[in-house]
Amino acid sequence: MLTTQTNTESLKTVMKNRDSHSHVSGKSIYVDDIPVRIGTLYAAVFSSPHAHGKLQELNLSEAKQMPGVVRIFTHHDILGENQIGGIIPDEPLFAEHEVHYQGQPIALVIADTEANAREALHKIKVDIAPLPIIVDPREAQAKGELIIPPRSFRLGDTAAAFEQCTYIFEGTAETAGQEHLYIEGQGAYAYPMENGSIRIASSTQGPTALQRTAAQVLGIPMHQIEVDVTRLGGGFGGKEDQATTWGVMAALAVQHLQRPVKLILHRMDDMKMTGKRNPYTSDYKIGLDENHRILAYEATYYQNAGAAADLSPAIMERTLFHANNSYFIPNVTATAYSCRTNIPPNTAFRGFGGPQAMFVIEAAIDHAAKALQIDTNIIQRKNLLTENSEFPYGQHAKDCEAKACWDTATEQYDLKKLQQEVADFNAQNELLKKGLALMPICFGISFTKTSMNQARALVHVYHDGSVGVSTGAVEMGQGVNTKMAQVAAHAFGISIERIKIETTNTTRVANTSPSAASATADLNGKALLNACQQIKDRFLELAARRLKVAVDDVLLKNECVYIKEEKTDFTWKKLVMDAFLERLNLSAKGHYATPVIHFDKAKEKGHPFAYHVYGTAIITATLDCVRGTYTFDSVKVVHDFGASMNRMIDLGQTEGGIVQGIGWMTMEELLYNKDGRLLSNALSTYKIPDIYSVPDEVSVQFLRTDNRHDLAIFHSKAVGEPPLMYGIGAYFAVRNAILAFNPQANVPFSAPITPEKVLMGLYGSK
Amino acid sequence: MIRFILNQHTIETTHPEGLTVLDFVRYQQHLTGTKIGCREGDCGACTILVGTLKDTQMTYQSMTSCLMPLKNAHGKHIVTIEGINCEHLTPIQQAIVEEGGTQCGFCTVGFVVSLTGFSLSQKSATYENAIASIDGNICRCTGYKSLERAADRITQSLQHKNQNQSLEWLTTKGFIPKYFEQIPQRLLALYQQANGSLQQAQQKAVYVGGGTDLFVQRPEAMVHTPITPLLDQGTLKYIYAEEGNCYIGGAVTAEELQDNALMQQIFPDIRAYMKLVSSTPIRNMGTIAGNFVNASPIGDLTNFFLALDSYIVLNDSGKRRELPLKTFYLGYKKLDKTATEYIEAIYFKIPQPTDYFNFEKVCKRTHLDIASVNSSCFLQVNEDGIITQAHISAGGVGPIPMYLEQTRKALIGQKVHADRLQHANKILQSEISPISDARGSAAYKRLLLRQLFYAHFLTFFPNKINLKALIAV
Ligand SMILES: Cc1cc2nc3c(=O)[nH]c(=O)nc-3n(C[C@H](O)[C@H](O)[C@H](O)COP(=O)(O)OP(=O)(O)OC[C@H]3O[C@@H](n4cnc5c(N)ncnc54)[C@H](O)[C@@H]3O)c2cc1C
Ligand code: FES
Ligand code: FES
Repeated sequence: MLTTQTNTESLKTVMKNRDSHSHVSGKSIYVDDIPVRIGTLYAAVFSSPHAHGKLQELNLSEAKQMPGVVRIFTHHDILGENQIGGIIPDEPLFAEHEVHYQGQPIALVIADTEANAREALHKIKVDIAPLPIIVDPREAQAKGELIIPPRSFRLGDTAAAFEQCTYIFEGTAETAGQEHLYIEGQGAYAYPMENGSIRIASSTQGPTALQRTAAQVLGIPMHQIEVDVTRLGGGFGGKEDQATTWGVMAALAVQHLQRPVKLILHRMDDMKMTGKRNPYTSDYKIGLDENHRILAYEATYYQNAGAAADLSPAIMERTLFHANNSYFIPNVTATAYSCRTNIPPNTAFRGFGGPQAMFVIEAAIDHAAKALQIDTNIIQRKNLLTENSEFPYGQHAKDCEAKACWDTATEQYDLKKLQQEVADFNAQNELLKKGLALMPICFGISFTKTSMNQARALVHVYHDGSVGVSTGAVEMGQGVNTKMAQVAAHAFGISIERIKIETTNTTRVANTSPSAASATADLNGKALLNACQQIKDRFLELAARRLKVAVDDVLLKNECVYIKEEKTDFTWKKLVMDAFLERLNLSAKGHYATPVIHFDKAKEKGHPFAYHVYGTAIITATLDCVRGTYTFDSVKVVHDFGASMNRMIDLGQTEGGIVQGIGWMTMEELLYNKDGRLLSNALSTYKIPDIYSVPDEVSVQFLRTDNRHDLAIFHSKAVGEPPLMYGIGAYFAVRNAILAFNPQANVPFSAPITPEKVLMGLYGSK
Repeated sequence: MIRFILNQHTIETTHPEGLTVLDFVRYQQHLTGTKIGCREGDCGACTILVGTLKDTQMTYQSMTSCLMPLKNAHGKHIVTIEGINCEHLTPIQQAIVEEGGTQCGFCTVGFVVSLTGFSLSQKSATYENAIASIDGNICRCTGYKSLERAADRITQSLQHKNQNQSLEWLTTKGFIPKYFEQIPQRLLALYQQANGSLQQAQQKAVYVGGGTDLFVQRPEAMVHTPITPLLDQGTLKYIYAEEGNCYIGGAVTAEELQDNALMQQIFPDIRAYMKLVSSTPIRNMGTIAGNFVNASPIGDLTNFFLALDSYIVLNDSGKRRELPLKTFYLGYKKLDKTATEYIEAIYFKIPQPTDYFNFEKVCKRTHLDIASVNSSCFLQVNEDGIITQAHISAGGVGPIPMYLEQTRKALIGQKVHADRLQHANKILQSEISPISDARGSAAYKRLLLRQLFYAHFLTFFPNKINLKALIAV
């Protein structure tokens, strides 16, 4: 039974973000706020001014004479390996013989102040003999510049199926990259501990990746490196792999100088040196029968990986996983190339290759609908996934909510009426036009690399009854610390005030997966639950013994021991103290590995996802046809949260994701010139949504799905990434508005749809 | 020696006058609540309040501390989040917590400070004004919806504010700490010393208005550059009408311009125009003269005043000369001005109520963005419908802010008619030379200027001119 839930649920749904008090009063501590230790030195990075070339000469002599400069490090100073590549070892920390992108680190200046370190950068001279520059992924593919061999996912037989199709459409679709623009830039602060150990405070989503890489570069065992993360001022994937570089650099300097070293990137350096969402350019071919059923779909993706692998191979894989978005297509061939170019190595960004694939299938469907002169949503609705539909990678849709979300959205928000309003408005207005689009989503939850789906947690119950919790989860605004506190409080039946969430630290919780793939709360929450359960079992056994009842009859809630439904005067505090005096273990380490999932790369088939998240958005835009500018009237969503454990946090993730997705599709324009230089390299040229560019209305309905998703923590489905993909509907809403003004308009499927593209579309012709 | 009050403490410092207030509070005063997001005025994470004593009243304005030299803090009350925190959360902080308006928290302080500035301002407690106060704050996490809800709550509580005793009301209600009440007295002594006169200009000193261009373009050099501060120069802060002309002091800011009664009377839409220029904190800092001298081809204020056929008054140690703004620009960032001359004022003939004036600007993001193309148009039309006077400016389509002389000539003597405008557009296209850059391709800028040119007329004559006729070939 499906019901749409509109009123707030009990206690667990109104819990506010735990950090909000310290956030609003400026007391939350980020890396650059850590009180500096005496003797701290400051680092600045010298990077390549050219996108591709041979490093002939690096002259540091003048820079070394600059006031305050302590030392300048290059690859010569690396005692371990000059290698930071995570998936493939193809990326040096400092360039050695060649440079492969503008902004590639070459040297690290250490000085007594940040200003002096930066000043010295200007005195470094480098001679680079230019090599040919590639920025276009298709060109890279043609020249064989691939990061990994191409991969294909196949279902059915597309060649045979196209023979059966009444309609076939082919075309090209592209999406530009996206700068993460976490408001807190990248940074790390490292300091020496005794016996050659180093502690790194970092703004990273992947503490273990930083630890492992630092150990490798410094040539020391992992246990010598301690990484500690309090919180991030935003990550969005940009600090999953790419925070590592800066932490390792700071640690390298500490290793040599035995002084604390701080490295905080200035915004323009951050934008220049770090990778972004991968741009894609893709070809599609879609075939339908006379009833508009999609019989066959082929897509070829050219992923712009940038100069090194980083996470691009995994991102490319997720592109293939989401080739069909929310639709069942019996015959699919999806092929992807990860293309090496001379821009910074691109990386994870909310959605991780999924949104890029979804844009292509949406473009293909829109292409077909426009050519057939029917509403796009007719084809969309007809082909939605249903229970047991097979994905091209072999998994079957279970508890499939695709139609439930779609139908709830079109009924609750009255699609017919919305469409009529748009038609009426367009009939009455010459200078303004409206456009409407629907965007269904289906997103798989789990790291697609099965081995990463594991987590651990460490719980200490102190003998005063307070509780300390450590997990591998990194708080970056997604509210995971709040959710972890909810898990522990719920498990012990105690007030959330008793729970403290500790920093994420590699000495307390080791070998962690990064906080990413929307799976952080599921994985770490389940591990935490496991740890709490171990302690709780000890407590319950003790309580049963003392109260002389069967263990199965005692439970913990409201800070008390209950016998069945009856409250006793055995309080939490007394229970904890008694357990301590009985010398029971008040601590536990929990572990979790997602069951069920597996994937066979040789066959490209398996069951890679714990579950899928579904939803549908209806987006309406208004276009100023004189000026080519637009606003969004509304985004109306029905989203499958499972049984949300924290509605405030989940709503926040949804609203934030939608706006970030709209930004990607509309105003966020990453421009590289043919020399591989980033033209939109500052906040003044790279625009993300401000408060006036968000939709007037964002409505979010929680689709209630009756607790069936056991692999989601408390049946509350992962929410970090999926809502971003609703933003794709913004592109199509604007496009439809252009066509309402000029039915002849030529509007290539190329996002973002900037005011420039709009105006050229409005006044161009086919 | 620079002296000011930082939160509740009096500061006397010999730090370089070009050091930014941001670096001073974070790294000298260890007040780390103020964050760094961009160091170029574009994110608002570093927002502070700057209190100025006028008569016996304080006015507080939000500014971006990353672009503000210490020199401009002299004689002021500088407020960071640490100076706003009370024993309990303020109603503004509480509203953000209640509505889930903070996620990673990095932008949050900026929002709290801006909204506190709104609570301290004379602006009426409307939702629109509350939102306007945070138009310079960027958040990457929340999507702003929760912040809108928080702003709504805050607006409602501020509707009870007693405007006559607002400071007392605000301290009683816990918006700001008690010590604010003592600031006017404490500042009185300091403030009088703050009005150093221009004659004291140091050798090789650089004129600084709000610093919103200088500190973006030359942040590292500015730290060690001696400064002649103009932003607070009483002698450059005026707007008045005399003998049919309007005179505006060079240090008038964009915010002061739009809040001025005379300007509002002359340009009923001035608030809407200025809303398209930067953001509240930047408008609180950026001066007209700074905009002119920065000589950006897409400077909005320059564009605006060019179409009023304005004159500027240059002053060099008392030696004055005047010239038309349109002759001020000799080439890309080349001015008809010596290093020691400063812009004292600008003046223009006040348009008649029957005259037409309009300002247009399009950028990638409508607000807090630099124009791809901007354009202003002034028009006089006689009873017979003949254009008798026209001034048209365009930005982003050449190396300097352009005054379109040929286009103007093509309009004068003509009727307001689609085919005449099409003809004028042809002339216009021959007058400009846009280049492709991060703000758009040359072809786009040409098309966009055509559209903005037409937009002026669609705005002036909605019943006479229609888009279809204009774009028909
Ligand atoms: C985030 C941001 C957004 C912006 N958005 C816009 C926008 O939308 N539109 C726009 O037009 N501009 C914009 N600007 C640019 C800037 O705010 C304006 O140009 C502003 O008017 C500059 O004034 P200022 O007083 O801050 O200049 P300053 O930086 O103080 O000075 C600029 C130049 O003028 C000189 N100068 C200053 N005053 C005088 C004087 N009286 N006489 C002689 N020389 C003088 C200085 O020496 C310097 O060379 C933006 C800036 C930022 C940081
Ligand atoms: S740091 Fe971004 S506005 Fe100052
Ligand atoms: S809460 Fe993260 S940037 Fe606003």
